[in-house]
Amino acid sequence: MNESVLSLRNVEITYQLRSGPVPAVRGIDLDVPAGSVVGLAGESGCGKSTVGNAILRLLPEETDVTGQILMQGQDILLMKGKELRAVRWGQASIIFQGAMHSLDPVKRIDEQIAEAIQAHDAKITPKATSQRVGELLEMVRLPARRGREYPHQLSGGQKQRVMIAMALACKPALVIADEPTTALDVMVQAQVLDLLRELQAELGLAVVFITHDLSVLTEICDRIAIMYAGKLVEEGDADTIFTQPSHPYTKALGGAFPRIGNLEDRFTPAGLDGDPPLPQAMPSGCAFHPRCPVAFDRCAIEDPERFPTPTGGTAACLLLGETRSRA
Amino acid sequence: MSEPLLEVRDLRVLFHGHKSITDSLRGTTPAAAVAVDGVNLSIAHGEILAIAGESGCGKTTLARTIMGLQTKESGAILLDGRELSTSRRDLRDHRKRVQIVFQDPAGALNPRQTIYEVIAEGIRVQKLPGDELERVAAALSQAGLRPPKAFFERFPHEVSGGQRQRVAIAAALALEPEVIVADEPVSALDASVKGEILQLLLRLRDDLGLTMVVITHDLGLAWAIADRIAVMYLGKIVELGPTEEVLTHPKHPYTEALLSVVPEAGRPQRIILTGEAPDPTRIPEGCRFNPRCPLLADEGDQPIRVRCLGESPLLRSVASGHEVACHLVD
Repeated sequence: MNESVLSLRNVEITYQLRSGPVPAVRGIDLDVPAGSVVGLAGESGCGKSTVGNAILRLLPEETDVTGQILMQGQDILLMKGKELRAVRWGQASIIFQGAMHSLDPVKRIDEQIAEAIQAHDAKITPKATSQRVGELLEMVRLPARRGREYPHQLSGGQKQRVMIAMALACKPALVIADEPTTALDVMVQAQVLDLLRELQAELGLAVVFITHDLSVLTEICDRIAIMYAGKLVEEGDADTIFTQPSHPYTKALGGAFPRIGNLEDRFTPAGLDGDPPLPQAMPSGCAFHPRCPVAFDRCAIEDPERFPTPTGGTAACLLLGETRSRA
Repeated sequence: MSEPLLEVRDLRVLFHGHKSITDSLRGTTPAAAVAVDGVNLSIAHGEILAIAGESGCGKTTLARTIMGLQTKESGAILLDGRELSTSRRDLRDHRKRVQIVFQDPAGALNPRQTIYEVIAEGIRVQKLPGDELERVAAALSQAGLRPPKAFFERFPHEVSGGQRQRVAIAAALALEPEVIVADEPVSALDASVKGEILQLLLRLRDDLGLTMVVITHDLGLAWAIADRIAVMYLGKIVELGPTEEVLTHPKHPYTEALLSVVPEAGRPQRIILTGEAPDPTRIPEGCRFNPRCPLLADEGDQPIRVRCLGESPLLRSVASGHEVACHLVD
């Protein structure tokens, strides 16, 4: 279990826009052990989707990516065309948010799934392909006859199931799920999450689950990493990260989800004012300090490293370093 | 409870489909979508009522109709016991007293107007007496944008997402309304900002005695700010009562299912309804929830089955102020 399918080492990503470079990800380390679900959470613009896309090298050509992205020990960033194609879908695949926009509207569902299979196995027979398509549809609990239909004939939830089937077509060890349930209604979201969880357990998949909705993460993840302004601010066990947060930002995020049935959460909403910083105008020191309720003088100068937390994770906050050095 | 401030009586809102060529040739009319189907509500002074449900359940249509932005098929909206007519004067007066805050402030605010202009516009339309500048400043500071003068000349895109929603709230407050209808007030905002806006809504209720109708799909939000909650399904209220009561002791199988899928670590048992929310142009016979009802699926008892399939249940009181529309609830 402790063998990592994916490891990120000091990954920095800078977009090259006409207006100048935009540092979207500013040095993150992350490990995804085989068969485990790691959540990557944060607000819009924190860089979480950039990380997801970088893992499969889906970012624009001119984007600067430094550091190492190791997939089963091999650095993705050093790969060339053929190797890279073998990794995409074969070792890792991605499920995007807008299932409705990711499918080709003029092709039947089964043709689209078959395409993914054939693209990675030129020698596969048509018979074996259609058998595999059948298996995949069954796996995502869609009746085989739906394969003969076009995307517009399916509901949003069913389309997202098709996307999941396609992601699993080449039996990858790792699936990156980028906001897979965000555009769906609550009940459909629960159906899709249940399916993902079942498939993950059944196939022993490793999953990187990217979302802004933390409540979804606590349900499906083993570990959760919280991003803020291009950095990981806290990483820890999914069960304790919101109940015993160490970073003030994690604390604030947890407060944004009232617990139904808990009388303390009646009429006491809490939150932070202001917006996350723009990558072009990053504050000095700790990027969170302008919004931080417990910031002190050093926060504006020093960018904190990650310190171990009492619950077995790490958090990038000077306050943690303080208590540790005093103890 | 004292006299209700806002009342909705037996409200029905239909959307008529466009007649297609085949309809004209066959002489048929397309089925109308029944978005709101016989809704009764009464909201007291200073109360916060949440209306919850899946997309397409009619909650936004209900909000728009309360505002007088949507024509109704039948039924009535009453403010202080007086029925809202369709005369322009009546509507203008109504819209001063009942204001709406939309989901996405970036879309709701005119990008070419300064924040001052955005807020002053309503004051001018309603021809409110007194000094305009003072009114704008007061509204901004009530919405927590202080000092207000610092925001006058800025444009909506120049402030943060949370501040933008505060501008939308200030624009509503400038008319000194009695009721604010907030349609998903925080769902377009980032997680860390949501709490601040909810705090503001609660403070406005406490300081100004405002009455609020909050439309949401998020039961957690209802738990955080609402006194009472109404759960809607396909145009009808299926459960209504004090938030604490309804969300901790839900009676309707739909409310139970909705609550069980609120993501939370270590939730014991989830009731996942199959299929998606049904089509308002083809409302099922009997109880409209029957095709997806998990209770009915387990029910071997024949007579009850017949009732669920044949008779639409009415809201009945099960506890003080707690009403449920289900044949299977005693």
